[in-house]
Amino acid sequence: MRARPTPSLRHAPRAWLTAVRDRFLAMLLPLCTAALAPAAWADAGGWPTPPATAEPPPQVSGPLQGGTADHTKFDELKGPFANGSEVTEACLGCHTETGKHFMRNIHWTWSYTDPSTGQQLGKKYLINNFCTNARGNEGMCAQCHAGYGWKDESFDFTDETKIDCLVCHETTGTYYKTPNSEGSPACSVMFEGKPPIDYAAVAQSVDLPQRANCGSCHFMGGGGDNVKHGDLSSALKQPPRTLDVHMGVDGLNFACTACHVTTRHIWAGSRYNVVAKDTQGTGLPGQRTDVATCESCHGLSPHPVDSLAGFKLNDHVQSVACQTCHIPEFARGGVATIVDWDWRTAGKTRDGEGFHEEGYIQGNGEHRYTYKSIKGDFTYDENIVPEYAWFDGQMVYTTIDTAFDPNAEVIEINGFTGSREDGRSRIWPFKRMHTWQPYDKGHGTLVYTHLWGEDDAAYWGNYDMAAAIEKGMADFGLDYSGEYGFIETLSWWPITHMVAPKAQALGCGDCHTPNNSRLASVEGIYLPGRDRNPWLDTIGTILVFGTLAGILVHALVRIFSKPKEAQH
Amino acid sequence: MALHRVKIFSLFERFWHWSQMLLIVVLLITGFGLHGFHGLFSFEDAVTLHTGAALTLLVLWAFGTFWLFTTRSWRHFIPTIHGMWGVLRYYSFGIFKGERHPYRKAYWRKHNPLQALAYTMLKLVLFPAIWITGLIYLFYFAWRDLPDATTYLTGVALIHTAAAFAILAFVFIHVYMLTTGHSFRDHVMPMITGFDEVDLTPEEEAYLRKDQPEDIR
Repeated sequence: MRARPTPSLRHAPRAWLTAVRDRFLAMLLPLCTAALAPAAWADAGGWPTPPATAEPPPQVSGPLQGGTADHTKFDELKGPFANGSEVTEACLGCHTETGKHFMRNIHWTWSYTDPSTGQQLGKKYLINNFCTNARGNEGMCAQCHAGYGWKDESFDFTDETKIDCLVCHETTGTYYKTPNSEGSPACSVMFEGKPPIDYAAVAQSVDLPQRANCGSCHFMGGGGDNVKHGDLSSALKQPPRTLDVHMGVDGLNFACTACHVTTRHIWAGSRYNVVAKDTQGTGLPGQRTDVATCESCHGLSPHPVDSLAGFKLNDHVQSVACQTCHIPEFARGGVATIVDWDWRTAGKTRDGEGFHEEGYIQGNGEHRYTYKSIKGDFTYDENIVPEYAWFDGQMVYTTIDTAFDPNAEVIEINGFTGSREDGRSRIWPFKRMHTWQPYDKGHGTLVYTHLWGEDDAAYWGNYDMAAAIEKGMADFGLDYSGEYGFIETLSWWPITHMVAPKAQALGCGDCHTPNNSRLASVEGIYLPGRDRNPWLDTIGTILVFGTLAGILVHALVRIFSKPKEAQH
Repeated sequence: MALHRVKIFSLFERFWHWSQMLLIVVLLITGFGLHGFHGLFSFEDAVTLHTGAALTLLVLWAFGTFWLFTTRSWRHFIPTIHGMWGVLRYYSFGIFKGERHPYRKAYWRKHNPLQALAYTMLKLVLFPAIWITGLIYLFYFAWRDLPDATTYLTGVALIHTAAAFAILAFVFIHVYMLTTGHSFRDHVMPMITGFDEVDLTPEEEAYLRKDQPEDIR
């Protein structure tokens, strides 16, 4: 038992014993099931999500700790349950208001209207530059919807029994989800032959969400481990403190919800609504529960003022995001992220069949696919130095409705604004994702591509991009010119996880230097050490060396002209 | 009028000079390091040393200024053109012919006219330019939210750096000047012992011999 006494454990010894037993089971079950599960699967969807071999210590989940109920004692959870929805009904029998609360959050709605731009955002609508669009492909993509059965437009978003409580709360690691529709036989074969889920066991195991729960989707965004974010990977399930000082099992061992604090199943810390500069700090009394910012715990003067440097660092809080110095590199911990994706090469087949090729071995020794017929070519990278830019928290998305110049060279999927002068921005680190992806060449818009389906148009299985776009657009009544091409797109991912221990934070000289400054491209500031007036430096150098030359000449003339007898 | 060895640099004045020299050397080295000209120190160490030395120098200057005015020593620095031509001529021609320096230190005029002008300009132009911009620079956190603060900071940094170049040039000339005349040692020793050869009037000599005998040898 590696668990250290935390306040919650001291106050609730009974719950602690229960937790020990639960986790003992949690350790055994996946060991049994892992032997049965096909090996290909752990990569395909992120399930199952067994904990590491050693028993994990309890994760710290923010204000809610300890608990007041032992779910293994509830008759309601004894089962048997035929499916997840029946478990949900049992949950809602006691947690009477939770369904209503949950249905307002983005894990359920997949929809968000930006209050500033009015843009309709959310996975339900957006186009990204990974697998491009969930819309029309819910049969596959909505595996990560926190619900049951969303495969097309007919899904009932008002049915509380369709909420998936288990994906976030079960702790056995034996729970998994499969696509909501069959898809092409070429794909569905990946999801066959799984062990049945013991719903009573997983229902009784419920706890506050562990990193592996959130990670089952958020570590796997973009279709694989760390593909999308770069700072969210399976390495964070049991990370050492050196990978993430907050989540480290040998450190604070925070669960995601320790920072992403929750009120009525609404989470703080949204990528759609970034707090780029928190001016409130910790707030009173105690911790604030509406934000996931660093400042909400660390305050607005986080560095101890025990030196001039500490004082200056606290000044930097005004203009530099904490993440900029404290996450020196992302995609650390041995799991690579995709930085470049080329859809132009997708669709190659061998003997009529799709194939994939491994071409990258990441830090933890795992091989990654660098080509898939269904997706094209990928470029991986890890231990990446971020891009840096002023960021005010406001992203402006290129959506399916956004018209652009069809001959444009690069389209920003999520352009952002920010400057030194606006008072709301700070210099943030970003992952830059570059992709060649299909678009409507005639109209200058992005397209919905029909990737997943049992029909002949679904790209995954048929490899006909023209047909896939035709159907992807037609299914939603969208105007399509009939001519597609490929366009370069960029997306920007604010980096905020994988906070390194302070000893690994950037030093002053990483930015304040004339050569290879981390902030070389950041404008709108005078950065001492990086910036200079070349005229002044030239004139000053001439002055100084001119003076030295003058002295030298004067001295030489003195030496060679002075009559010997005149010397004193 | 006769030459005597007289104490013209008091203990405080010598302490001022040498600690100022040390601080300015530290400031020049760390300052040009911060500017990116060399990497002898980490940026953090350079900032710490630079700021510490600068604040120490400001305290020293506060005492020095107080001392100058309370002892009436500031009068040594009043610029004059009297004798200036002779000094300029000496450094331009006479020195090469082995002539003797035309200036004789007087008890109330221990700098030659060129020195007085140079030191006065240093005290009234270069030093204020660098310490005023330095303080503005240091207190950037207090005015960073003014409109166009970065433009002002660029200007402040420009003046600060320009003054630094000028002071560096001054330091080179100042040190070179020590090699002129008798010897390097003869120029440095007065600032160590306090005694130098001064042309005293009979009255000054009589006064010193009677009232400050320890100041005349």
